[in-house]
Amino acid sequence: MADTHSVIGTKNKKGQTFTDTWKLMNEAPRTPSFYTGSEVIKEALRRASCDVMIAYPITPQSEAAALIGELFAEGYIGDYFRGESEFAVMSQCAGAAFGGARVFTTTAGPGTMRAMENFPMWSGARLPIQMIVTCRGINSPLSIQPDTLEIAYLLNTGMLVWHAETAQDFFDWILKGYMVSEEPDVHLPLALCCDGFFVTHTKDVVNLTPADMCLPPYDPYRSPVPCMDMECPPVRMMRDPFIMKSNYISYATHASWQQEVWAAVERSRKHTIKWLNGLIETENTDAEVIIVASGTAVSQGREAIRLLDDEGIRCGLVKVKALRPWPGEEIREATKNAKHIIVPEFNVIGWLAKEIKATIPNSERVHAGPRVCGGMTMPPEIIVSEIKTLLGMRTMSLAGRGS
Amino acid sequence: MSKERIKISEDLYDIMPSDYQDLVKSATYGKEDRGWKDIGNSKELIEQHSLCAGCPESMAFRYILASLPNPEDTVMVGSTGCTSLVFPMVAVHNIHSLFGNQNAIASGLKRALSVRFPGRTKDVVVLAGDGATVDIGLDMTLQAWFRQEKFTTICFDNELYANTGGQESGLMQKGFVAKMAPVGKLFDKVRLPEIARESGCHYVVQCTVSKPSLIEKVVRNAVMIAREIGPTYLQLYTPCILEIGKNSMEGLQEMRDSEKPTERFAYKEYISEPAKQLLAEVTAKDKEKKAAAKQLASQEA
Repeated sequence: MADTHSVIGTKNKKGQTFTDTWKLMNEAPRTPSFYTGSEVIKEALRRASCDVMIAYPITPQSEAAALIGELFAEGYIGDYFRGESEFAVMSQCAGAAFGGARVFTTTAGPGTMRAMENFPMWSGARLPIQMIVTCRGINSPLSIQPDTLEIAYLLNTGMLVWHAETAQDFFDWILKGYMVSEEPDVHLPLALCCDGFFVTHTKDVVNLTPADMCLPPYDPYRSPVPCMDMECPPVRMMRDPFIMKSNYISYATHASWQQEVWAAVERSRKHTIKWLNGLIETENTDAEVIIVASGTAVSQGREAIRLLDDEGIRCGLVKVKALRPWPGEEIREATKNAKHIIVPEFNVIGWLAKEIKATIPNSERVHAGPRVCGGMTMPPEIIVSEIKTLLGMRTMSLAGRGS
Repeated sequence: MSKERIKISEDLYDIMPSDYQDLVKSATYGKEDRGWKDIGNSKELIEQHSLCAGCPESMAFRYILASLPNPEDTVMVGSTGCTSLVFPMVAVHNIHSLFGNQNAIASGLKRALSVRFPGRTKDVVVLAGDGATVDIGLDMTLQAWFRQEKFTTICFDNELYANTGGQESGLMQKGFVAKMAPVGKLFDKVRLPEIARESGCHYVVQCTVSKPSLIEKVVRNAVMIAREIGPTYLQLYTPCILEIGKNSMEGLQEMRDSEKPTERFAYKEYISEPAKQLLAEVTAKDKEKKAAAKQLASQEA
């Protein structure tokens, strides 16, 4: 039933040309533009051939969600509305994806937590929804400030989870994300995370693809499970519903499907490597000290490396782009020469350090910090100070640390 | 979808399950005047199910599936509960995702189908129990109505949580002693039909499923009005005979007793002005058709 003719080269109702995504991302001319992260999300969506976007206000993603509403008003999105809560929104996204639409939504912090019941359901139902997560605090008392704790909760949902460092990552990965998510051997939702405010509310130069070129539309008949549109035979799914059965066949069915979801996460690895040019990026991995980070912590790490370099201390960097699939082998290889592995994070528990410790040999090399949370910034100086302390060097005392 | 789509390749015919062969041979997809009278003469869109013997919910399922005006282009949305034991055996696409989010799922689904199939009819029908509709999912039930989402919500009201073993629900009668209501329920049965009217539903009916012809009429009306105008709501009494201490054969009598004019399931109906107009148009068209057919028949004779 899949379309046998190609739409590549034809135009949509807005006059945009459906373009082969590889060519769009790698060969089409790019225009440098000075935009906030929220505006970049809008510009990516303009080019994403998105059928349904469902919005809900929560800082710091409200601006992006509202800007996509403007795109809908201009005719670039099939349908758009404000849901009543994040739990409802994620279910509405599921309904739209069950019906064969390419779906987009955005959320943050408490919204991610409120919607949490939906995420394993999305994965289990193999719905390739893309959700932007502009991370913010989820603690009490109320906080709206950047904090990446919510990512820890997303890691075991069966979703693909990527962590963008910059607005440029964001622009490219939104479009590439659909390509990975919608592969028939993957067909899983993607949580595309960034650190709220740092990425969403700051302006940066981003190289945009032409506005008159867009992604090919989603083909729901390439899904590994039937699209719920009554366009294919409504076969009886099973003789006995498994939910109520306490027998081995029932357990085995549930178990094999969970394993299949995680196998699909694994199968996304090859596509993710192709589109993101690797699950990690590395610099100077022959150094004794290596910073491993994701999101904004990578940028702060780069600054720390520059400061250390001024003092003649050589330090390497691993930027973790994809968290699911997890780049275990890549990180093992990149850190094999390191004596000290520094993991700066914007959350209190240090989930990235825990993941790395569980992955590499001699995990006592991992130094789970520095960590900031609750909206604190991470000056590169504290990373420098942490590294120098580890190396047994004298370091300036930093205000507020009591050292 | 046309009936052509469910045809089986000749080479594979003999290995297909017999219920699927029956579906191809004698189901009523595409039959314009399909209804409860097809039960017994054609393949129903529901196979065997695992509900209790004599469960009124199973009757309700059969009448509703026989009455959908457009099953070949209808997608149903369910929720967790006894209905989720039946849906896997229903021959229209149906979605179970979580408990209570059925009207949110249906909102997204209906919009996706409208974007993907402009100019074509794709009906969406929600069917869930009273716990899903009125308790855990009330927010999403009402919000879908406020937004005037164009689909039908059907609530199987058995006045308790049946599937988990008979706990108190919002639609339970006041004073009823149940699990989690050890001294009797302390507040009144939630008046969802009235709330539905005030929330923007264009067609609201409360009744029992004792009469198949009535269910056929209200299901057809509800689906047609939802398709053309806006949200519609049916609240159907499907008593849980197990939990109210009745025997398998007593479900029908329980419904008949509860629908008397003075009882809580006396027939109740609300139709908005635009919906009345639509129903009048449909009736007029039906009459015209019948008259034309009669004329044709008399000419031929």
